[in-house]
Amino acid sequence: MSGQNHRLANSGSIDRSAPLKFQFDGQQYEGYKGDTLASALLANGVHLVGRSFKYHRPRGIMSAGSEEPNALIQLGDGNRTDPNLRATRIELRDGLVAASQNRWPCLKFDVGSVNNLLHRFFPAGFYYKTFMWPASWWLKYEHWIRRAAGLGKAPQGRDPDRYEKTHRHCDVLIVGGGPAGLAAALAAGRTGARVILVDEGTLLGGSLWSDLDCTIDGAPGLDWVRATVAELQAMPEVTLLIRTTATGYYDHNYLTLLERITDHLGTAPDHLPRQRLWKIRAKRVVLAAGAIERPLVFANNDRPGIMLASAARTYMNRFAVTPGRRVLVLTNNDDAYRTALAMHAQGVRIAGLVDLRAQPKGPLVAAAAAAGIAVHPGQAVVATRGALRVSSVEIMKLTADGAGVTGSARKIECDAVAMSGGWTPTVHMFSQSGGKLRWSEDVSAFVPDLSVQAETSVGSCNGAVSLVKCLKQGLKAGIEAARATGYKGRVTAAPNVGEPPQSDRRDLWVVPGKKPLGHAGKHFVDFQNDVTAADVHLAAREGYQSIEHLKRYTTMGMGTDQGKTSNINALAIMGEVLGANVPGADVSRVGHTTFRPPYTPATIGAYAGRNIGAFFDPVRTTAMDFWHREAGAKFEHVGQWMRAWYYPKPGESLRQAVDREVKAARDGVGILDATTLGKIDIQGPDAAEFLNRVYTNVWLKLAPGRARYGLMLKEDGMVMDDGVTARLSENRFHMTTTTGGAAGVLDWLEEWRQTEWPDLKVYITSVTEQWAVASICGPDCRTLLAELCPDIDLANDAFPFMSVREGTVAGIAARVFRISFTGELSFEINVPRRHGLALWQAMMEAGEKYDICPYGTEAMHVLRAEKGFIIVGQETDGTVTPSDLCMDWIVSKTKVDFVGKRALARRDIVSADRKRLVGLLTEDPNEVLPEGAQIVEAVQPEPPMAMIGHVTSSYYSPSCGRSIAMALVKGGPTRIGETLSIPLAGKTIRAVVTEPRFFDLDGERANG
Amino acid sequence: MLLIDCPWCGPRDDEEFHYGGEAHILRPRDAAALSDEAFADYLFMQQNPKGPHLERWSHNHGCRRWFNMLRNTATNEILEIYPMGEKPKTEAGQAAYAANWRRETAAEKNALSGEGS
Repeated sequence: MSGQNHRLANSGSIDRSAPLKFQFDGQQYEGYKGDTLASALLANGVHLVGRSFKYHRPRGIMSAGSEEPNALIQLGDGNRTDPNLRATRIELRDGLVAASQNRWPCLKFDVGSVNNLLHRFFPAGFYYKTFMWPASWWLKYEHWIRRAAGLGKAPQGRDPDRYEKTHRHCDVLIVGGGPAGLAAALAAGRTGARVILVDEGTLLGGSLWSDLDCTIDGAPGLDWVRATVAELQAMPEVTLLIRTTATGYYDHNYLTLLERITDHLGTAPDHLPRQRLWKIRAKRVVLAAGAIERPLVFANNDRPGIMLASAARTYMNRFAVTPGRRVLVLTNNDDAYRTALAMHAQGVRIAGLVDLRAQPKGPLVAAAAAAGIAVHPGQAVVATRGALRVSSVEIMKLTADGAGVTGSARKIECDAVAMSGGWTPTVHMFSQSGGKLRWSEDVSAFVPDLSVQAETSVGSCNGAVSLVKCLKQGLKAGIEAARATGYKGRVTAAPNVGEPPQSDRRDLWVVPGKKPLGHAGKHFVDFQNDVTAADVHLAAREGYQSIEHLKRYTTMGMGTDQGKTSNINALAIMGEVLGANVPGADVSRVGHTTFRPPYTPATIGAYAGRNIGAFFDPVRTTAMDFWHREAGAKFEHVGQWMRAWYYPKPGESLRQAVDREVKAARDGVGILDATTLGKIDIQGPDAAEFLNRVYTNVWLKLAPGRARYGLMLKEDGMVMDDGVTARLSENRFHMTTTTGGAAGVLDWLEEWRQTEWPDLKVYITSVTEQWAVASICGPDCRTLLAELCPDIDLANDAFPFMSVREGTVAGIAARVFRISFTGELSFEINVPRRHGLALWQAMMEAGEKYDICPYGTEAMHVLRAEKGFIIVGQETDGTVTPSDLCMDWIVSKTKVDFVGKRALARRDIVSADRKRLVGLLTEDPNEVLPEGAQIVEAVQPEPPMAMIGHVTSSYYSPSCGRSIAMALVKGGPTRIGETLSIPLAGKTIRAVVTEPRFFDLDGERANG
Repeated sequence: MLLIDCPWCGPRDDEEFHYGGEAHILRPRDAAALSDEAFADYLFMQQNPKGPHLERWSHNHGCRRWFNMLRNTATNEILEIYPMGEKPKTEAGQAAYAANWRRETAAEKNALSGEGS
C-alpha cells in the first residue's frame, strides 16, 4: 500500500497521523508531517536525486542539513520557482512539487553523463586551458559551457512574493539552537537580559534529536530540550526564531538573519511576507553554530546511497527512515559506531563496519562487537559499485602508514554506506566577525582563536566534542554575556550528562585505492563542483598551491554549498602534497579560504525587501504635476524628480512638439515648470563673504535686489555646479542649483562652513521643497505678467535683467526673478509650494489670449543650447574647468582665494592641449549628431583612431532651422573653421567647428 | 556596519553617516606660493594607513554635524570621537596625528604660517 518501504515502524519525531502527498520528477510519493523532502524521499527508497555539476554523475542525498552538496532541487513553478534548494532543508507539505536539476532528458538517463566517460579530457582548469583561442570564440564557448554545466533555472519574470525587513537591538544574540545554544539562552534569559536565539531548522535541540543515546540528568536529552524551550518561551525578553539563518556577521556586532516565514506552508496567508530579513545590533553574540561531519575521500565515494554517518543517524532517529537494508559503515573515529548501533537496534542489518584505525578500542567498539556487528579494523573501502545506487563495496587491508593497501580485495554487498571522517566546527560566523582561526590537532580543523568583536564561540563550533562540554560552555557564555550587558545572575551548574565516550581518530585524507590516485575511480573531495583528490594534486603540480589559487583553479568550494563538507579535506590534501615537497609545510600553513556572507544561499528579494518598484527610490513631483498629467505631458526622470519632458498634441512626434514649444517660447509666451531647481537659503552677516569663497566670481558688492550667475568648483578646479543667486537683503541670499546637484551642493556648503570656516556667521538651509516655480518667457511674457502682478513695476529700468522683486502674482505672495535660461525676456515666479498649481492655472488662463504654450525639459534644452548656455553634467563631467568651457570671464582675477583657485594654475590645467567647448555645425543641416559621439580629425579605415573630443549636446534647432551641437574638442576655439569627422556605425558625419553659440548672438532678446 | 556615537545624537547606524576622508588636512593660506607638487600633497594625497586613522565624518541623515573620529582601519574599532577644530586627546590619536607624513609637508607649513604656531 504505502510506498514508504524504508520507514521504520515506530520511533522518530514525525507525525504519522498526518500523511502528506508530494511529487518528485513527476512521480507521486507519500511522507509525513515533520519530514524534509530528503527524509520523505529516503523513506520511499529514493536516493538518486541529482546529477553532478561537471561529470553529470548520479548523486544521492549526502547529509541531513544545510551543508548538503548533492540534493539540489528546483521547487515551484512560474515566477515562484526557486532553484538550488537543498532537499535536506525543504519541509515536506501536502502537494509539494519538486524536480531534480542538471539532467536531460531525465535523471536516470542523462546525455550529459558522457562527460564522465570523457573525464580524462576534463582535468582541473579544463576551461582555462581549452577555451583560450580563438579569443573571439569565447562567447560561443561560454554559451555551450553554461548549458552543459547547469544548476537550476532562475524564474523569468518578477518575483510575486513580498519580503520584509526588521531591525532589532538585543543584549545577547545566540546563533544556533542546539544544546550549547539552548544552554546559553537559558543562562542569559534567566538574568532578564533581552535574548534572541536563532536556528535555521524547524526544531530547537540540534543534535539531541539524532543522538538518542545521550541522557541529561538521567532523562532522555529531548526531555531537557522540551523543558528548556518551554522555560525560554515563558520569558518575556527572550525571542526564539526558528527557520531562521544567521546569514552574515558584520562590524560592531551587526548581524543579518533570514527568516523563512511561509516557505513551509502550502498556501500562505496574504498578510504574511514570504521571508523577513532581520538586522540585529547585539551587545554580545554567542556563536553555537555546531559542526559538520566530513566525508571520507575514497574511490567512487559519490554513488547514491553513500551518505554521512551522522546524517544516517538523523534519518533513523528523527525521521524514522533507514537509508538502506544492508548498510556498510566506513569510519576513522568512534562516532560512526553510534550510527551502526542505532541501526542495529532498529533491526537494520549492518553489512560491515570498516574502520581505518588499526586497533580501534573503547566502549563503542566493544558495544559493536557485543552486538555482533562485523568490524573490519585497519581496512579501507577501495572501490564501490552500482550505477544509480551503491550495490557493493570492496575492502582491503591498509598498510601500516595508511598510504596504500595490501592483500586481496573482498567484496561486501550493501545498499547504503554511512561514512565519517571527523567533524569540522562551523566557524563561518566567527570568521566573518573578523576573528582569527587556529588549526586544532584535536579535531583536525580550524577552531576560533582570537575574537575581535564582543562574541564568544561555544560548543562544537568551538571544537568541543562531547555533549557535556557543549552544555558547560553554553551556560558559561550565556551568563557571562548577560553580565557584560549589565544583568546579574548566578552561574547555573551543568546537568549530569550520560553519553558514550569517544577515543581517537585516524586522519587519512585520501583513502588509498587499488591503483594510484586518479587511475581507478574518482576520489571526490568537493561533491557539488566535482573536484577530486587528483585535481588537488594536479593543481599543486601546476603551481596553484595557495588555498585561494586552489579554490579558483579547481572551483573547489565555489558551489552553492561553499565547500561546507569539502574545504578541510581539500586543504588537508594540499597540505600533504606540499608537506612532501616543501619542508615544514603542513595543513595549518595552507590556511583557509575566506568565509563570506551569506552562510547559506539567500533570496535576493529578502535583501531588497519593500524597496522595489515605486519604493526603490523616492519619486519627487512638483505642485503642478497634476496639471502636466492632465495635459498629456510625457515625463522624464531628472534625479529623483519627474519633470514634464514635452507636451505632444494628438499625432505629434517628439520633434514636432519640441519645435512648436521652442517657437512659442521665442515668438509668443512659453511657460516652464522650474520647481525642481535646487534652492538654498543663505543667511548671516558673513553670507556674502561665504559666497565669495565658494563661487569663482565676486559677490561682496552685489546690491540687494540683484542677482548673479555663479560657477562653483571643486578644490581641484573642476566645475561642480552652477546657478543664479540673488541677494534678497544685506544678509540674505537665495541660491539656485542644478536639479540633480541640489543635495550635493547643500552638503558641500555645509562641509566648508563647518570644517574650514567655522568662524563665518552664516546659516544654510534647503528651501527646494518650499517653493513652486513657474518660468515664463517670450516677447509677450511681460504683458502677461503685468495683468496678474499689479504691485511690481516690470519696466526694464525699474526691474532690470538679473534682479529680484517681491510682490503678488495672481493674488499669491511671490518672489519674481528676472533671469533667463532661454535667452528671451523671462521671469521666474516663485510662490509657496501649496500655491504652485493655483499660480500655474492662473497663468494658463490669463495666457490663453497670447496662446501661452507650456514647454518641457526637451524644449528648454534646445532653447538654452541655441544660446550656448551650458548644463553642468552635460557639458561637464567632473574633468572640465571654467576655461575648458570658455567661461574665463566668470573667474575672478582679483580675488585672493576661492575654492578651486590654486588648482586652476596647475600645469595640466593651463595646458593648450585640453579639450575645450566649441559648437559643431553638420554639413547636412538636417543631420542631428548623437550625443556622446567621438570626434576625429581623420577617419581611418578601422579603429583605433585618435579621438580628439566628443559631442556633449546636440539638437535640431527650430530657431536656426538646422541642427546644432556643442562638443569638447582638443584645442577648442583654435579649431574654429576646421571640418572634423564623427565616425558612426555605417557612416561618417562631417561638421564645421564654430563658436558654441547659435542664436541671438548679441543677446538683445533678453531685454524684451 | 559601524555603530557610530554621534556627539550630538548618540549611537547610530553608519547608514546615517557620510565619510569625509582624512582629518587635519590644513588648507594652504598662500597656495599660490606652493609648487604644483607641494599643492598636490594637500589636494590629492591621503594617508590611507592600516591601523589607527584620523578621519572626518558627518551625520548626514541626522543632525548634519561634522566631527572627527579615530578609527582602526584594520578592525573598524572606533577609538575616539572629538569635535571639528580640535586635536585628538587619546594617546593613539596623538600618535596617529604625529606620525602623519603630512605634518612635514610644505602645504601644511604654508597653512600654519601666520598662525603663530
